[in-house]
Amino acid sequence: MNESNEITQQVDEGREPVPLAPYVDVFEDASGITVYADLPGVSKEGLELNIKEETLTIRGTISLGTPQGMEAVHAEVNSSKYQRTFTLSKELDSEKTTAQFESGVLKLRIPKGEHAQPRRIDVRVD
Amino acid sequence: MLYRAQFPRSVFEELDRLQRDMQQAFGFSPSIRGRIRGGFPAMNIGSTPTSVEIYLFLPGVDPKQIELNVEKGVLVVAGERRTERPTAEAAQSDTKAIVHIDERFSGRFRRVVTLPEDIDPDQIDARYRDGLLHICIQRRKPAEARQITIQ
Repeated sequence: MNESNEITQQVDEGREPVPLAPYVDVFEDASGITVYADLPGVSKEGLELNIKEETLTIRGTISLGTPQGMEAVHAEVNSSKYQRTFTLSKELDSEKTTAQFESGVLKLRIPKGEHAQPRRIDVRVD
Repeated sequence: MLYRAQFPRSVFEELDRLQRDMQQAFGFSPSIRGRIRGGFPAMNIGSTPTSVEIYLFLPGVDPKQIELNVEKGVLVVAGERRTERPTAEAAQSDTKAIVHIDERFSGRFRRVVTLPEDIDPDQIDARYRDGLLHICIQRRKPAEARQITIQ
């Protein structure tokens, strides 16, 4: 693995690199879901978020800024892309998703729809 | 024992064995700390005729909290990464609070790299951007060839 001649930016022409799955944390509470994703090396311009129907896709392009004529000696991050897809569920209101991206960490908040918010139902005893 | 005799090799066992064989074949074995992809932070190293380029993938870390030292030809990167997670009180008061996926590194980290002999420890430049720490270490100029006259 250490002998890899490819470093993230040196991509063969015409061949899509196999993306890495970024590490994530997913927490749920009563009002929604919070997703944190580690995307080190991705700038704001290199980040792509997509929610289509019930699928959330996080994509990122890593830019290392390698100097000319650099030869890779050791590469643990051996792709220039990150990609990870999640299936959302119906109770989530994905249109109200908010995103923050800072120093390589993406934070997404996907609230639950009004109808899915927990409600206390009073039981009447006549 | 009858069960074992009837299913001498379960599909799952085979798959598990296959996965382990693959990992061995590609030269990486699962760490006792549970990460196949190496430690935190992940590291790439590149080389040019005039410099050594080290890239450390350190998302969400305050650059002021990263300790970077070079001593006796060894580079040490250490620090702490805290990740936001639901607090214990929130988890107690909110019965719906659940951790579904928990993969991101949290805690203290330390990585050590042995540097090539021709580097100049006085010419190190480190920059942090987009969760990436780029360390550029210049190499010393090669000593010029000298003709030695024999007395």
